[in-house]
Amino acid sequence: MAVSNGASEVKAGPNAQAAAGAKLSALFAGTMGPLIGLVLLCLALSLTTDTFLTFRNILNVLDQVTVLGIMAIGMTLVILIGGIDLSVGSVLALAAMVMGFVAHPDHLNLGMPAGIGAALVVAGLCGLASGLLVTVTKLPPFIATLAMMSVARGLANMITDGSQIIGFPDWFTSLSIIRHFGFLSVTVGLMIVLAIIFAIFLNYRATGRSLYAIGGSAEVARLSGIPVKSLTNWVYAVCGVLAGLAGIVLAARLDSVQPSSGFGYELDTIAAVVIGGASLSGGVGSIGGTAIGVLIIGVLRNGLNLLGVSPFIQQVVIGVVIALAVATDTWRRRAQ
Amino acid sequence: MSLDPSHTQTPHLGLFVSGLCKSYGPVQVLADASFEVRPGEVVALLGENGAGKSTVSNIIAGSTKPDAGSIAWRGKPYSPASPADAIDAGVGMIHQELKLLPDLSVAENVYVGRLLMRGGRIDRAAMNARASAQLKRLGLDVSPERKVRTLRIAAQQQIEIAKALTLNAELLIFDEPTAALGSEETELLFKQIRKLKAEGMSFIYISHRLDEIAEIADRVVVMRDGRIVARHERADVPVRAIVEQMVGRSVERMFPPLSEPGSETLLEVENLSSPERSFQNVSFSVRAGEILGIAGLIGAGRTELVRAIAGADPISSGSVRVAGKPVHLTGPAAAIKAGVVLVPEDRKAQGVVLDQTIGENLAIGNFDHVAPNGWVFPKAVQKFAEAGIGRLGVKGRPNQAISKLSGGNQQKVIIAKWISRPPKVFILDEPTRGIDVGARAAIYDVIAELARSGMAVVVVSSDLEEVLGLSHRVLVLSRGRQRGILDRSEASNVAVMELATS
Repeated sequence: MAVSNGASEVKAGPNAQAAAGAKLSALFAGTMGPLIGLVLLCLALSLTTDTFLTFRNILNVLDQVTVLGIMAIGMTLVILIGGIDLSVGSVLALAAMVMGFVAHPDHLNLGMPAGIGAALVVAGLCGLASGLLVTVTKLPPFIATLAMMSVARGLANMITDGSQIIGFPDWFTSLSIIRHFGFLSVTVGLMIVLAIIFAIFLNYRATGRSLYAIGGSAEVARLSGIPVKSLTNWVYAVCGVLAGLAGIVLAARLDSVQPSSGFGYELDTIAAVVIGGASLSGGVGSIGGTAIGVLIIGVLRNGLNLLGVSPFIQQVVIGVVIALAVATDTWRRRAQ
Repeated sequence: MSLDPSHTQTPHLGLFVSGLCKSYGPVQVLADASFEVRPGEVVALLGENGAGKSTVSNIIAGSTKPDAGSIAWRGKPYSPASPADAIDAGVGMIHQELKLLPDLSVAENVYVGRLLMRGGRIDRAAMNARASAQLKRLGLDVSPERKVRTLRIAAQQQIEIAKALTLNAELLIFDEPTAALGSEETELLFKQIRKLKAEGMSFIYISHRLDEIAEIADRVVVMRDGRIVARHERADVPVRAIVEQMVGRSVERMFPPLSEPGSETLLEVENLSSPERSFQNVSFSVRAGEILGIAGLIGAGRTELVRAIAGADPISSGSVRVAGKPVHLTGPAAAIKAGVVLVPEDRKAQGVVLDQTIGENLAIGNFDHVAPNGWVFPKAVQKFAEAGIGRLGVKGRPNQAISKLSGGNQQKVIIAKWISRPPKVFILDEPTRGIDVGARAAIYDVIAELARSGMAVVVVSSDLEEVLGLSHRVLVLSRGRQRGILDRSEASNVAVMELATS
């Protein structure tokens, strides 16, 4: 008993101190490490460049991370339940191509709303298919989504036989360009709103809490009456829809869609979620952490660009950051 | 029968075990164990689950180190630091769960870890030839190139024996070798043991099937609570005598008084069978306020039976009714909704989410209570958790990590998780496994209280005294079959064990 009392006293100390910021700390629970990393990173870049800590540049960073940010929300859910989704980059491309094909005057010309709707439906179906491969066919998530990654990429290419579709209505492209109230584009706003909605969902909805239980132990969750299979299907479907949405955002930013877009995005997305403190074995992670992970990757890219570091070296740096982030997390856990 | 510790008078080149002790933390699992195995002899090591048989055999096979005591083998002191050491000394163990690599060939399995090499390459031809020779010695006609996965369990066991033979084992320890075998396969195994025995090999034979012992063993050693309680110089001892020694009368435990059951039947199980035939045609009923114990040996189908009733595993036929209403057992959720809850056998893997707090663990499965309209607020979880913690006297707080609790307190959390619903049928599978003897009494009190509050309670336990002390009636399973339901008045250790080993 003495041992557990000692442990609880240690725990109570910082809790009492942080009483004022209890709400905030709940949202960012377990993400202190990544948060400190992000702050240090921003501090270093503010000191080494004149341009990093400007309003304009911060908005740039936010613009640059919208696609990654939206995908990372879905990936957080998947990783939380102990899964992985390698198909998000391909699903992004497929959704974008479906939107272009349905909406563009050179093709079906059914209008943007129909295009967007079709894109989201197709992306959701891709996710659902991955989910069913996991729950019904019992494939490991890695394999199921690896298959979907290939299938979706192939379908994306089949739509226009590999060529891109260029030119969307002005209102559509302006979603990512016009900054309302002087700072907020619709796409950045969308990312922030989605992050808040999913943070609330994971923290305060019974279904959201159930995802943590599934990731912690699927068997415990199942024996506790949680519908593990159907929730798993839903999570993959939602991850697909969000990847599709990211594809639409990317289309708005580029004013074009191409079947090769989103290549390798799944790895950036997984990296962001993992840097944000999520455990690949499931049960641990949060939207707050993922937001920090996304910002770390965004700030790092932005800052290295400002410093004139070559993109090749950037890849090396990001790789090192991933390893460092997860290693510190592992060490900390072991220390506990 | 002799209890004289100085029994090792005739010198021989067999195995002398003297004064072995082993404790895990405060729990002594082995106390002053001494016995001998002579060359060309089969010694049966008998005892209930947890009596210390596995600990003794693991020490001899090199996978566990004793705290005290010594072993002599072939006239020399013997203290293997690892299974490899033991193998080098000619001591092999055939585990109950076979340790084979299913996707490798028979020959590769026989030679794993010391593959035969020639000129820097694996010499498959030699391996196949030699493995084949050992298999023939066992009277087995299996191609050495066949993948182990494609063999039946009995044949796989033979591969393990062949492996031990190629290692020049002179002492083989069998842990429940016949648990997964049919009668013909058992007969074949016995034939082989007799043959190897005639060649001078020694055997330690652990089994729960007491009826086999007279047939295969030369001498019998009986263990209980980590001690050797009897040694028989002949194997044809009456089963009843051995059973009495196995269950014995050791520490008296504090079981709470049982209340009188009500009249309403809450759980009715009719002709329930499992698709894997792990249990067949089981029928029983439990009344409100009644505790039904389910006894049987490991592998008798107890866990499989209660998991099926709780919707955790599928059934192939039969029906379950709760308070008169048929339950469509589509999954745990359906069972919980019908009022059947399970405290599962493996606490850490099936009972608690170790990464989470006590409060979160209590909330899982209770979101319909904790979260009106699906909204989970930390305060509601806190309140719910405090109620559960208070009701069962868990030593912990809602926001404490559950991994920091003792096994007994974790078990109380799992019970507390369900108690507020309240369920109609409460099933507990091995409720005190891995829990200190001192903390068990508190769990017993909780179980008795569940019954007193009007639930039908089902308790599965490998601890016979526990089943007898807690239950109004005891259902005995053996090899998936229901061997009988004994009333509290007629349920004695011996009566239950006789049914369980039948």
